[in-house]
Amino acid sequence: MDVGAEVRRVYRESVGILSVSLLGGLFAGAVLGSEPMREAFRQYPGLLLLLPAFLATRGNVYGAFGARLSSGLHQGLIRPELAYDERLVNAVVASFVNGIGISVVIGVLSWAVLQALGRESARLVELVGITLVSGVLTSVVLVFGLVGLVFGSYEFGLDPDNLIGPIVTTLGDVFGVVFLYLAVVIVGVML
Amino acid sequence: MTEPAAADTGGEGLGTWRTRTIVATMFPLLVVLSVLEMGSGYVLESLEATYLDNPTLLVLVPVMIGMGGNLGAIFSARLSTRLHLGTLSFAPRDEALWANVAAIMCLATTVFAALGVAAWVVGRTIASPMGFADLVVISLVSGLLLAALAVCISVAATYLSYRRGLDPDDTTIPVVTNVCDILGVIVLSAVATLVL
Repeated sequence: MDVGAEVRRVYRESVGILSVSLLGGLFAGAVLGSEPMREAFRQYPGLLLLLPAFLATRGNVYGAFGARLSSGLHQGLIRPELAYDERLVNAVVASFVNGIGISVVIGVLSWAVLQALGRESARLVELVGITLVSGVLTSVVLVFGLVGLVFGSYEFGLDPDNLIGPIVTTLGDVFGVVFLYLAVVIVGVML
Repeated sequence: MTEPAAADTGGEGLGTWRTRTIVATMFPLLVVLSVLEMGSGYVLESLEATYLDNPTLLVLVPVMIGMGGNLGAIFSARLSTRLHLGTLSFAPRDEALWANVAAIMCLATTVFAALGVAAWVVGRTIASPMGFADLVVISLVSGLLLAALAVCISVAATYLSYRRGLDPDDTTIPVVTNVCDILGVIVLSAVATLVL
């Protein structure tokens, strides 16, 4: 086999999608590194601790939801239209339960880790408030965004299987950190 | 990204499309992953001073968390497809295997070099600038290390799934993406500590 040609083929197939994901990640990074966000990390000890879990679990929840939608379409179990469908509604509700539930767990975990280590931490209600608010906002955008994009691409003749990974990473990065910041502001005002 | 075992709906029933079934299958896994991610968060929190003093390093964090998993997922999907087609050998002289490894390392070089340059530009606009060379070195070295780890973990996970008679499509990608998510921040922090 021609190894060089094979390397170029694999490279060309993936470089576009990785670039899109890179842009989403850079935007998220710019928000994280911004002065207001750094101030939030100083103000709420524990926020930096929960950041990797918060960013990484979304891929699992919404990636699985997207994969399920895509398999369902391919298998003819659901149809690409926005009408009441018990399977679709169940999958949407389950993603909300998983996405919002795990956000609360992450807030509690990060508080518990700092308590166990005897380190300074923000109050439990602050950390859980932040993860809950950002979890709710993120799940609304990602669940409905994915339904729209997966159905849209399927109708358009594209295989959603190839698009879910990059869609989830990009939407997740962009909205995840923006909503995390928004949640910090909301919790700061309310608590 | 954890992909649940493909919807195996028995006949007319809702099968795996019940809310309760989906939550019961996924939630315990999510909790375990979040606990593991705390290890990564702990590193970030411990190096709080370094990250908050060099905000440009924070710009790298989301890409470091996600990109290793993306590269691992691309590589694993290829390994797994070749396994199903019966064309994969785990022999060290398998040319197609090395072609895929080379392609992944080229992709990693492109992405993490671009990340270093772009983060430097972003860093200048949001905070005090950080040395250009330092940043590109940190981004490239941690990115290439992460890509190499992603390749090793993918090969190991595919081989183990194959030996145990599991379908690597269901096992490898979730394992690889999650392990890389966890390692991303740890590798970045280790490299940044060495360079700075």
